[in-house]
Amino acid sequence: MSTGTERTDIDTTSLEAPATSTPDVPRVQGTLPRWAPWGLLAGAAVVVGAILAVTGFSVGLWVFLTAVLFALATYVISRMVEGARRATDRLVTVIVSAAFLVAMIPLISVIWTVVSNGIARFDVAFFTNSMRGVVGEGGGAYHAIVGTLIITGLAAVMSIPIGVLTAIFLVEYGRGRLSRAITFFVDVMTGIPSIVAGLFAYALFALILGPGVRMGFAGAVALTVLMIPIVVRSTEEMLKIVPNELREASYALGVPKWRTILKVVIPTTAGGIATGITLAIARVIGETAPLLVAVGITTGVNLNPFDDRMATLPVFSYYSYVAPGIPREPFLDRAWTAALVLMIIVMLLNVVARIISRAFAPKTR
Amino acid sequence: MTTTQVTPTPPTTAKPVTQLGDRIFAGSAKGAGILILVVLAGVAAFLLSEALPAIVAPADELPGDQGLMVYIWPLLFGTLLSAFLALVIATPLAVCVALFISHYAPRRLAQGLGYLVDLLAAVPSIVYGLWGAWTLAPASVGLTTWLNDYLGWIPLFAGPVSTTGRTMLVAGLVLAVMILPIITAVAREVFLQTPKLHEEAALALGATRWEMIRMAVIPFGRSGVISGAMLGLGRALGETMAVAIVLSVSGAVTFNLISSGNPSTIAANIALQFPESSGLAVNTLIASGLVLFVVTLAVNMLARYIVNRRREFSGAN
Repeated sequence: MSTGTERTDIDTTSLEAPATSTPDVPRVQGTLPRWAPWGLLAGAAVVVGAILAVTGFSVGLWVFLTAVLFALATYVISRMVEGARRATDRLVTVIVSAAFLVAMIPLISVIWTVVSNGIARFDVAFFTNSMRGVVGEGGGAYHAIVGTLIITGLAAVMSIPIGVLTAIFLVEYGRGRLSRAITFFVDVMTGIPSIVAGLFAYALFALILGPGVRMGFAGAVALTVLMIPIVVRSTEEMLKIVPNELREASYALGVPKWRTILKVVIPTTAGGIATGITLAIARVIGETAPLLVAVGITTGVNLNPFDDRMATLPVFSYYSYVAPGIPREPFLDRAWTAALVLMIIVMLLNVVARIISRAFAPKTR
Repeated sequence: MTTTQVTPTPPTTAKPVTQLGDRIFAGSAKGAGILILVVLAGVAAFLLSEALPAIVAPADELPGDQGLMVYIWPLLFGTLLSAFLALVIATPLAVCVALFISHYAPRRLAQGLGYLVDLLAAVPSIVYGLWGAWTLAPASVGLTTWLNDYLGWIPLFAGPVSTTGRTMLVAGLVLAVMILPIITAVAREVFLQTPKLHEEAALALGATRWEMIRMAVIPFGRSGVISGAMLGLGRALGETMAVAIVLSVSGAVTFNLISSGNPSTIAANIALQFPESSGLAVNTLIASGLVLFVVTLAVNMLARYIVNRRREFSGAN
């Protein structure tokens, strides 16, 4: 009902408008020129700048007040020239666009902070030295980089087959209660907090090997718990977009189901699956909390994930920042560089994922 | 050839002639699915078994000497407060950003802008933590001082103002930035699914763009936005490192957002205490982790319930 009344409302105003526009009532049907928003924005910036120049200038305040004045001026002027409905429309446009710009501030600020702080120690020593015996300057995160790669690699090796097979089960075989239960619990798993996954891995190995246990493999188990649902979800989405005609054509030729899946369905969507897996790796490689709980930290290189603590990049960065040594600066520098390296790895993985999805875009269309 | 002619004859639901390879493949796929159920049951079971000693232990042996409830309650309060704060900040912003990408941005730019927002989701949480403590916290002191000066009569801004800026407000802001891309992604998807005919009908009747969005897009996408917000809430509840680094903790239960005495959150408390804990303290932390698990589970299930209910009625997907 409400939409019905709205509609008649709109109809009447837009129909009546030309009829009532007698020369002495310049109420509606004006239109602001195309340059009006930019002109108003520039005007607002100048006015606010002039006022702030008197009272004391600050960039943040200037941008904020300019935005407020711009929104107000747009609304008022548009309301006078174009009427209330257009004015509201323009105001919302300003608000929505401003919201997007506001959302971009943290992204730019994060990248700027990490790059400007991390570039100082972004050198060869950082990638070739460990922290064994280092008290002040120097040292590096070789041990942490290796640890991150080992643990993430182990997690990927465990979660990719489980995740992909589960997705195949859900899409190709899944009927009935079991598949509905799995779908539901995969959704539940998506929401497991990362620290809880770490506690689970710790609890699991503490029950087997006694309390206080820390090892790389436990971290890999925690990351697996976090990674499986992401792999399942993305693979499932990809398998679903394979057209049924392909499967039916294969069955019609007498190919058994498992060969159809292996030779027809998966090759068709291999690029999409690989993209999803890459993004899943990018998601878990930056996880800190589960590794902090289950793996701990150490200063030397440890290549054996089944024995004792290992260093990982995020945990290394965390400890360097919150518990620096006596000259603080080198520790903070290393923390930022570790964060920078981590961000570069994640961004690279994202780029790789995009490239894969471009290169292997579904050939079905 | 004979087998293939036999297989299509029974209806598709009946069991076809199975090959050995088929049985192995189907079995392993099913096994992987069941393994996931086992893992999830394992998460619950192992957490429970490791938390049990803390639950049954006498109150004076636990950290804080006053029993499990007294230990966990301020943490739970802090968790809920910070997550709720993040949700209040992020949801309106995310809806606007999603609308911008789906309906306002020039078509050619829209996808690229979407990637930019997705990049926010790709930044590791430890980086957000460092950024929050290093950049955002000092930058917030001016704002919090202003809030205290002019809005100090609101209990939220009662002060005294923290000089380091490591406040609940900043923790909430960092969490808001982290959940923004999640809510935006979900909202964008549902906004883009709005039936084109509804939009065109509204525009043909003379609606402005905003009126079209209010009448066609928002009603269609409302439940999607709600479920996206719930997913974001689930993420914010469990977020660890950002809070652990940013927040300066005193354990007080207070709504004051800008002072230096803040309740910690369950996840951050585990991260801060776990490496130095042993014995019953570990069990206590695991018990608090169990509480967090239950809370996020409830939130996520609610979100899924809303999503699924919508799927049945709207005919989308």
